[in-house]
Amino acid sequence: MLLEVRDLHVEFKTRDGVAKAVNGVAYAVDAGETLAVLGESGSGKSVTAQAVMGILDVPPGRIAGGEILFKGRDLLKMKEDERRRIRGAEMAMIFQDALSSLNPVLTVGKQLGEMYEVHRGMSRKDARAKAVELMDRVRIPAAKQRVGDYPHQFSGGMRQRIMIAMALALEPSLIIADEPTTALDVTVQAQVMDLLAELQREFNMGLILITHDLGVVADVADKIAVMYAGRIVEAAPVHEIYKAPAHPYTRGLLDSIPRLDQKGQELYAIKGLPPNLLRIPPGCAFNPRCPMAREVCRSDVPPLYPVTESPVARASACHFWKECLHG
Amino acid sequence: MAEPLLEVKDLVKHYPLTQGILFRKQVGAVKAVDGVSFGLHAGETLGIVGESGCGKSTVARMLVNLERPTAGSIAYKGEDISRLSGRALKAVRRNIQMVFQDPYTSLNPRMTVGDIIGEPYEIHPEVAPKGDRRRRVQELLDVVGLNPEYINRYPHQFSGGQRQRIGIARGLALQPEIIVADEPVSALDVSVQAQVVNLLEKLQDEFDLSYVFIAHDLSIVRHISDRVGVMYLGRVVEIGTDTEIYEHPTHPYTQALLSAVPVPDPQARAHRERIILSGDVPSPADPPSGCRFRTRCWKARDRCAAEVPLLAVPEVFPSGPAAHPSACHFAAEKRVVPHVPPEGPGGGAEQDTD
Repeated sequence: MLLEVRDLHVEFKTRDGVAKAVNGVAYAVDAGETLAVLGESGSGKSVTAQAVMGILDVPPGRIAGGEILFKGRDLLKMKEDERRRIRGAEMAMIFQDALSSLNPVLTVGKQLGEMYEVHRGMSRKDARAKAVELMDRVRIPAAKQRVGDYPHQFSGGMRQRIMIAMALALEPSLIIADEPTTALDVTVQAQVMDLLAELQREFNMGLILITHDLGVVADVADKIAVMYAGRIVEAAPVHEIYKAPAHPYTRGLLDSIPRLDQKGQELYAIKGLPPNLLRIPPGCAFNPRCPMAREVCRSDVPPLYPVTESPVARASACHFWKECLHG
Repeated sequence: MAEPLLEVKDLVKHYPLTQGILFRKQVGAVKAVDGVSFGLHAGETLGIVGESGCGKSTVARMLVNLERPTAGSIAYKGEDISRLSGRALKAVRRNIQMVFQDPYTSLNPRMTVGDIIGEPYEIHPEVAPKGDRRRRVQELLDVVGLNPEYINRYPHQFSGGQRQRIGIARGLALQPEIIVADEPVSALDVSVQAQVVNLLEKLQDEFDLSYVFIAHDLSIVRHISDRVGVMYLGRVVEIGTDTEIYEHPTHPYTQALLSAVPVPDPQARAHRERIILSGDVPSPADPPSGCRFRTRCWKARDRCAAEVPLLAVPEVFPSGPAAHPSACHFAAEKRVVPHVPPEGPGGGAEQDTD
């Protein structure tokens, strides 16, 4: 297994108390595989990724427990300079907002070349040649002429390509993409997702795609982890989850999106709001919004029940997953 | 058909580009909106879709008179309102209200919810006499699904979805006939989006409202709209009923746009043909000659560069669902939205029939 996260806990100290952003998350990605981490704002999907990358803001953040195994070694036990060698070279991240993630006062060529200067000790001239090569790779037209341009001179889609180029520079084995296309228009989103999928196949990389968009997930993912209030509530291969969700939250999400290919009547709406992480409800965190909630849901935290072991592994953190699956 | 409630004709908005400090001279113009026409009938929802920079928000702002058009007319019940001012403008504005995209910046953080929703009554006191306003505001809160006791709270005490409800309540305060909603749900989480979309539909039935619903999310637009207009670089390229646009698109841009939308169904992966457009949208300061889409269109020929295609029903389609206005010289029907029979919980809705 390329990456395995085990029972990860992350907390944030705030003025009003300790916010438990991640409460025992576990997932795994293999080489060449795409895992989609799906969740709404505040579900802990980005914080988990930041912990894996080692870019969590500490303090106020704190990793309160768990293991992150990358190629069998626990990243959380490594020294910072060792982690720095892995970050960028072996695992890389693509952020949502390319304009604020790129340095506005450096040319894109300089920023791309820096990867080679710092990690590979290349000369400035060689690094620049490599930068042009990378820009060609992600299909930026006239790369040679544009290598000296600044980020603001590129369109949103082109900037996101530069972000992808930067992540791919050192041919990492794992890429984490945090909402890589959320800020883009649909036609550009399609271009960027296509490119990402193609490069992933070519380099046989593991990809963690963090998103809230059920459409994008259906298009590219192999398996899905659905997060709610800092926990994984359902994990399954992509086909199974869309066909028959085993958790009421997943079911609610799927029912609440309007479809392009059919005009429905009233949309199903999950009532209420996601919980405040300072005051996560006792028992199942979803119980105040759940149409199936009963007494046990308000008192006992549901474990991640195995739904099927083979041929595919599925799990659901619902006491009544059987009813949900068949109902 | 009855006369439309709102009729927009050849609407144009150019923003001048100037040079020089002392002697400013105009060197060009950003053609944000360049000849847009459509009608809105009583009780209907017109969806306007397009990507960023296509001019859809500028159209919205002109409809509620936040921007003055450079040319063209906006007729409300037969009267051109785009040149009105003073008292006449104020009277018309009461009937056309707006709901904004970002519920975090469109509410004044220093005003209570009661003051925000009640402020329209300060400008139009004839709608609610002074002693009656508090009760009216509480009624509005109830209508949009918020607790009437929240009247003295401030915007920061609410979540994004609740704030959008406050913005909707403010839009309803003056009992308008038309609501222009510019991306009203795009800042919200998926589960909250559905709540707000359902609320808008409920309010439409209850108060007999007409909506101009502007969004970039094609699935939501189909869900809520009776008719849909597709914009590209300041022009409407295709307009028709939701079935005409989504099931029988004839303009290549509409086809590309629809094919690019991710469908939340992994089974659709196999039987989908995606049209990936090359390049970016050209600058509205210097749009291509002839058809504006030709630089990215796979069908473009010489005629497309020479002749501007008009938004009209293509001659090749005398009748049927493809016979709706489309601004393409070579309009051809192409079905791009895969039709997977509903299965499992994601489906359940009945199929469309004309």
